[in-house]
Amino acid sequence: MLLASAKKLRSFGIIGMNQRNFGLISRYNPRHLYPLVDDKLKTKLLAQKAGITVPKLLGTVEYQHDVKSLKEILRPHAQFVIKPVKGSGGKGILVINEHDHNHYFKPSGDAIQLADIERHVSNILSGLHSLGGKPDNVMIESLIQLDPIFSDYSYEGIPDLRIIVLCGYPIMAMLRLTTHASDGKANLHQGAVGVGIDMGTGHALHAVQYGEPVLHHPDTRKTFSELVIPHWDKLLQLAAACYEMTGLGYLGADIVLDRDQGPMIIELNARPGLSIQVANAAGLAPRVTIIEALKAIDPDPQSRAAFSKQQFATNTGTHPPRLLRTRSDDPKP
Amino acid sequence: MSPKLRLYILVFLIMGLGIGLILYKHFALGFPLSPDDKKSVWTIEAKIDFIARGDPVIVSFALPPQTPNVVFMEEDFASPGYGFSELTSAAGRRAQWSKRTASGPQTAYYRLSMYETDQFIQPPIAAADLPAEPEKPEFDGVLKTAAITLLDQVRSKSANTEIFTRELISTLNSNTPDQNQRLLLNDQSSEDYKTHLIINLLASEGISAHIVRGLYLNEGRKRLSLANFVEVYIGGQWLLFNQNTGESGKPKNFLVWQRGDQSLLDVIGGKNSKISFSIIKSTQSTRNLAVRDSISKQAGLIDFSIYSLPIEQQNAFKMILLLPIGALIVVIMRLLIGIRTSGTFMPILIALALIQTTLLTGIIIFLTVVGTGLLIRSYLSSLNLLFVARISAVIIVVIAIMASISIISNKLGIDQAMTVTFFPMIILSWTIERMSVLWEEDGPREVLIQGGGSLLTAVIAYLFMTNRTIEYLTFNFPELMLVNLALILILGQYTGYRLFELYRFHALERRDVTGKR
Repeated sequence: MLLASAKKLRSFGIIGMNQRNFGLISRYNPRHLYPLVDDKLKTKLLAQKAGITVPKLLGTVEYQHDVKSLKEILRPHAQFVIKPVKGSGGKGILVINEHDHNHYFKPSGDAIQLADIERHVSNILSGLHSLGGKPDNVMIESLIQLDPIFSDYSYEGIPDLRIIVLCGYPIMAMLRLTTHASDGKANLHQGAVGVGIDMGTGHALHAVQYGEPVLHHPDTRKTFSELVIPHWDKLLQLAAACYEMTGLGYLGADIVLDRDQGPMIIELNARPGLSIQVANAAGLAPRVTIIEALKAIDPDPQSRAAFSKQQFATNTGTHPPRLLRTRSDDPKP
Repeated sequence: MSPKLRLYILVFLIMGLGIGLILYKHFALGFPLSPDDKKSVWTIEAKIDFIARGDPVIVSFALPPQTPNVVFMEEDFASPGYGFSELTSAAGRRAQWSKRTASGPQTAYYRLSMYETDQFIQPPIAAADLPAEPEKPEFDGVLKTAAITLLDQVRSKSANTEIFTRELISTLNSNTPDQNQRLLLNDQSSEDYKTHLIINLLASEGISAHIVRGLYLNEGRKRLSLANFVEVYIGGQWLLFNQNTGESGKPKNFLVWQRGDQSLLDVIGGKNSKISFSIIKSTQSTRNLAVRDSISKQAGLIDFSIYSLPIEQQNAFKMILLLPIGALIVVIMRLLIGIRTSGTFMPILIALALIQTTLLTGIIIFLTVVGTGLLIRSYLSSLNLLFVARISAVIIVVIAIMASISIISNKLGIDQAMTVTFFPMIILSWTIERMSVLWEEDGPREVLIQGGGSLLTAVIAYLFMTNRTIEYLTFNFPELMLVNLALILILGQYTGYRLFELYRFHALERRDVTGKR
């Protein structure tokens, strides 16, 4: 059937857009806190103050006439990422893997000129990628090095981990893997693969691409059943700490694993999307209910992470991970 | 009080106020709920002819009384060279024409336009209206016997006053009159004689009755005269009886012209006076009649309404009042269906343009302008322009495209395409800019989804906004906006799934998810 029954979705605890906007975002996220996460520079400063690792800032461009000095800023760095400070949904991000004097190479191997980069920067400055077309700034960050753990699961890009944090408690996690279809971007609606992650262990549970279940990465053909995210406890604690950092009750923390520096926060989102439910084949609502039923929020991020780990672990001890089974094993509804 | 309860109370109040005002306008002021509601308007002309004798002339003519179930739209009095005044007394209104000297044939006109309302409110009978006990009439010898016999006969066959009256009239009108009836009616059986006979016979039974003269409203009649009816006081109210058939009640399309025994026409200083009526029927929209009537009655709701504005502004409001309908459609499409549009309210603006251009032409023009715009915009993006300059350039490009469409279509003789100017240029430019960015970042698929979503929403909004009934209701019942507002407030509380989410999450349903949820 093409349409799910609303009753069934409700029984799974799937949260819809209207419910998210009404019951989570407008309820837990005071509007005046948005700039903290909408402005990536501010987020970066906040994170640094809180002692959280973030990608190194290589430079910023604020004004149109600074575009000319771009070449000077970029010269010392072999690899870098250019981002709009107020971009949303991964828009306007340009990744350069290496460059010689005139050519800059994207991860896909395409070569572009300095002039192309200058145009890109100037577009960002005029607000092409920011919400509502407001003038924006440009930040240049160091490139994250792919953790070898993920080398079999990503194509021309860095996978990132999205953890939904409600009132400081991580409640659901999803790994977003870049694919050829997604053009190296970890963006689900562009074709990246979303992998639901067991909150208890960091094991992969279930994966989707374009909303349909997949068993292995479409480009590397590697099955997800062996995928385990390292430093899982650390990652949960990192996500939990974002609550104190920003004050936002409902947020999505985007975390990457750097080969050399370990977990770091690259972005926080005050309006995280709902695809994570599809990737996890589970609804947010029951977990929201558990958190909302808590009498008090534990002030310690570590114990909050531990609570979530224990509370939201998927019971896979006796069963093989879902992905190991084929579709025909699924009990017919 | 919880915010939710507060909202519901607010919604309830707004909705109640809106519906209440609509009902008030419909029932009390007679505004029809359908644009096709029509009413017959009768134009009655009374022509008074007489020959003046060269002395001072006074013509006094009874005018029909105003009752709640007829509305007089216009009354004209015309007679060249005569002074005119309208006199109102307890017996009713009279028109009076006067002149110092006149001789030869004279004519006076009275013209009335009126229509009947749907309300049938019986005017309450005040204590003063209670008729006095009628005087017993004196019948001469033979007639007296005949009258007594007839009355006995009728009385024996009837149970109450109403039946008695009906029986009396039908006996008098019977085809095979017996001797008594023939004697009573005798040869001079004119209508007026019959009327007075009936009234006298009723009076000798102690029943109050008076004569009523009225006009049957029939289309295109000329040289009509008034028909006589008998009105009888029964059980606290006056009941009308047809003196030829005995039927009771006011017939349909009948205008009561005069009640009581006063003369219809008095001419002093003239002779051979006669009066003739002619009737013309016309059909008018009930809504126009209601507006006119309410304005003349100065009903507060109408006096301080859009109707009091000049026609030009009224037309502007006709359009503006449709916008809330468009907004409601957008709310439904986005919150309930989950259609993605480029720009929240851009579809309404497209819909407004579609209203001017008609649907098919509008869509073709829209696609042409946006398509061409996207092509040119993709060239502009390689020119390395700053953002504001680029969007300004797009605006100029859009204007150029619109101008070319107009000119080319004019040369080709396709007039419809010239309506391109009704599309809002700035909005089109923004649409092109957004779509172009969307194309670069998310690919053509997303452009199709959002562009198609916008167009679909616009077309649905267009269909609603051009619906004759909706157009009529929004303009004539601006209170509908309150109902609309209440609906939107309720929809703003909707936290259920959007239709598209049922599709988005459909993969989940197939999986019977085990384990802890």
